[in-house]
Amino acid sequence: MTPEQLTEVEMITVVIDGFEVTVPKGTLVIRAAEKLGIQIPRFCDHPLLSPAGACRQCLVDIEINGRAFPKPQASCTIPVENNMIVKTQLTSPVADKAQKGIMELLLINHPLDCPVCDKGGECPLQNQAMSNGRPESRYEGVKRTFDKPISISSQVLLDRERCVLCARCTRFSDEIAGDPFITLNERGALQQVGIYESDPFESYYSGNTVQICPVGALTGASYRFRARPFDLVSVDSACEHCASGCAMRTDIRRGKTLRRLAGEDASVNEEWNCDKGRWAFKYLSSRERVATPMIRGADGELHEASWPEAIAAAAAGLKGKRAGVLVGGRATLEDAYGYSKFARVALGTNDIDFRSRPHSAEETSFLASVAVNATTTYKDIDKADQVVLLGFEPEDESPIVFLRIFKQVKKRGLVVTSDAPFASRGSTKLKAKLITSISDVTGLTEKSVVIVGERLSETAGALSAAVELVNKSGAKLAWIPRRAGERGALEAGAIANLLPGGRPISETSARVDIQTAWSVPALPITPGRTTNEILEALNLVSDDVSALDAVVIGGLDPADISSQALSQLLNSFVVSLEISHSSVTAIADVVLPVAAVVEKSGTFLDWEGRSRAFDKGITDALTRSDVRILSMIADELGAPIELPTVSATRREIAAVGKWDGAKAEFTKITLTSKSPTGDKLNLSSWRQLLDLGSLQLGEANLAGTSRKAAAHISSSRAEKLGVTYGQEVRISSELGSIKLPVVISQMSDDTIWVPRNSQGSQVIASLGFVSGQVTVVKA
Amino acid sequence: MDNPLTPRSNDKGLAAAAKANAPIENQEAGSFFKQLLGFWVTFVTQFKKPNTVQYPEGKVPTEERFHGRHQLNRYDDGLEKCIGCELCAWACPADAILVEGANNTEEERFSPGERYGKVYQINYLRCIFCGLCIEACPTRALTMTNEYELADSSRSKLIFEKEDLLAPLRAGMLQPPHPMQDGKTHTDYYLGNIKGGSNA
Repeated sequence: MTPEQLTEVEMITVVIDGFEVTVPKGTLVIRAAEKLGIQIPRFCDHPLLSPAGACRQCLVDIEINGRAFPKPQASCTIPVENNMIVKTQLTSPVADKAQKGIMELLLINHPLDCPVCDKGGECPLQNQAMSNGRPESRYEGVKRTFDKPISISSQVLLDRERCVLCARCTRFSDEIAGDPFITLNERGALQQVGIYESDPFESYYSGNTVQICPVGALTGASYRFRARPFDLVSVDSACEHCASGCAMRTDIRRGKTLRRLAGEDASVNEEWNCDKGRWAFKYLSSRERVATPMIRGADGELHEASWPEAIAAAAAGLKGKRAGVLVGGRATLEDAYGYSKFARVALGTNDIDFRSRPHSAEETSFLASVAVNATTTYKDIDKADQVVLLGFEPEDESPIVFLRIFKQVKKRGLVVTSDAPFASRGSTKLKAKLITSISDVTGLTEKSVVIVGERLSETAGALSAAVELVNKSGAKLAWIPRRAGERGALEAGAIANLLPGGRPISETSARVDIQTAWSVPALPITPGRTTNEILEALNLVSDDVSALDAVVIGGLDPADISSQALSQLLNSFVVSLEISHSSVTAIADVVLPVAAVVEKSGTFLDWEGRSRAFDKGITDALTRSDVRILSMIADELGAPIELPTVSATRREIAAVGKWDGAKAEFTKITLTSKSPTGDKLNLSSWRQLLDLGSLQLGEANLAGTSRKAAAHISSSRAEKLGVTYGQEVRISSELGSIKLPVVISQMSDDTIWVPRNSQGSQVIASLGFVSGQVTVVKA
Repeated sequence: MDNPLTPRSNDKGLAAAAKANAPIENQEAGSFFKQLLGFWVTFVTQFKKPNTVQYPEGKVPTEERFHGRHQLNRYDDGLEKCIGCELCAWACPADAILVEGANNTEEERFSPGERYGKVYQINYLRCIFCGLCIEACPTRALTMTNEYELADSSRSKLIFEKEDLLAPLRAGMLQPPHPMQDGKTHTDYYLGNIKGGSNA
């Protein structure tokens, strides 16, 4: 709580166990006691959930104005009042006896299967039974048993007999995630957590219920029986899956990540994360790792090579050639800075781009003049009077941003406007007002936040319209890309028109800054090209002036860019820095293995630009960060970039600092709405949170809860096509087609929505584009 | 006040040490018989049964509760008693035990109940044979045998794997994985209601 808030709020002084404590009005007794360092045992109480008073474990004696409550009261539901005197178990024998009695009752039906329970060793029930329970049970009857475990989704298992009915999971699902798929069924001794028969617990946030369960009732299927807390080495880390920037805890046993938990960061993810961040970490073992450097021999096959050989081969292939750099969206800030400096110093080019997705020249200009060094934060969402979502589906593309917006919608009815083509699950939960054109946005003030997603660049002129909207109203603008590395890569200058720190390349003083920092005589000033243009240039015949001969590629999947991207790489010299064997390593001339996130230190910048630094998790890993390898190639090329380690890179980034001059002018273009010709439909799509993304490979339990791919169309369009709910349609372009069952939604008749990269619906590979016109027929 | 931490005066000890180190001054030359008496013990011992054991040709049984090599026990039908709970590893003061648990499935059952020990290693270079692991074991899966001949020629040979530690299959036992006895539940196993061999 900030000082100015403190002055507004009335303060109340209470006496707990003989000590005075002053807290804001409305504070619960259990929190006030915490402030004094007095721990009252509890199960159902959670600071981020509404009070429930379900477990009764936190009973204390309370006296107000000299009148005592006749019986001990639950301290997690009673707010402090003036002249209140609280006696906890430490000073009141009555409260102590009451707590012990409650504990004994809870343990009557709780099985003593701690040896096989995953919670054993980190269990609040175990701990508090030791600290606040009777040493012996007087119960001699038979314990209530249930069949165990039942899976309430493919990744969450429920042992009903272990449950103490604290309702933390049901409150979380209802209040925080807005997915009330689980509830307390039955009453009395048979009360149990259950799911609706028709709706499995398919929430994107279900993993949090496992983390906050105070007993072992909810456990994750993937971590089941894998380890005990004392086996694990926990490291603080940051999530590499999206730009939300969750603080994470990674638990490692003998060099292998066994589980990841949400870390605590009140200003970012509070204590939550999404299921992708929690469970998608097996991608390292799902594909074959690149173990050693490899060089493609004269026979056309890749052969293992030593580091010096491979570095020399990479340098030989790049020396004197016209080369470009494709960074990929998952590089850390340090690695992206390495690529940026490598392109400028070692290759002498501005042909560098971090975007491995559909993009446009308008976006390039937008990034350099608006998105870079932007300062909108989560706090602005908390205070906003309206949030406008443009080309951005928060639940799928940045789930913690969704939780933040949802919290305000729930708390104070925050107005949300979205340009989603239909009322998706996320929009429904946010009660979003759907608009079909950016010009329909109304009521923006200086307190509003306009959130622009990476997909807005797919509509020509939409980014310009959004910027105009913001300029007119004074609202705050936030650019929220989907991938974790994009904001960092932008700040590191891994894009054609920017140098590190957001310095426009067209600005002489900006170039001089960097020239001095890097101690180089000159920087390339020829305008650089975007990913698509680089790929096209690679495909040109080599006597063409604008052709490129070679390319350095970071972690990138060509299938994310366009259907022909991979084939465009075939005729050039490709240096691939990769974790695992991929479609790029299959065609690369030199393959250099790099460290995965858990094996290196680094920094991600979340969408706010907030630094999410993390340390090496697996400390004895032999793999190296991209920046170290680029530094070695640069040395071999005779144009050193002098970034031998991640920490040296961090120091240099800090020394270079941010650009304080004016940003480049945004080149606006006008928005033209295209209505489909003939009986064609406009295709709209985005990636669902859980889909075929390469960082989700190898985790079947997680994939089990992904939403089933379906095409959304309007009811009148369905009628025209002669299909009903669940029947299949064929969606085709000139390149190919996909077949999906339909779901009828309230949406424009001219539009069809399909998931972009889900099972049975890989739009880029099958249709060849992401926004365009498609033919839809009944399949 | 007596402070147990303050060393007591050690005058007596110093005096005794001085006496022991002093050169022997007064050797009684005439006490030949006294010296002969010194050999009496040697003489008498010649007629006693020797204590020497001709190890390794001859061996003496250990005490019944001697702490020797560990054993992972089985139920009568051959299913393993170990549930992979790692309490032994937790109790081990020498960090000699490594356990990794895993899920039993209906198709592949190693122990009654949900969980079994997939990896079980005891490192006898670390083990101090204190027996705390055995006290910790909730299913009496881990016990100690009287076997003490554990010396070997390499470090890796002294890390015993699960198959080295598992009790041999006796008559009626079947090598897991196999299902529980017909009609029996894991509770029957834990309560000791399993008699006779496997009917799988």
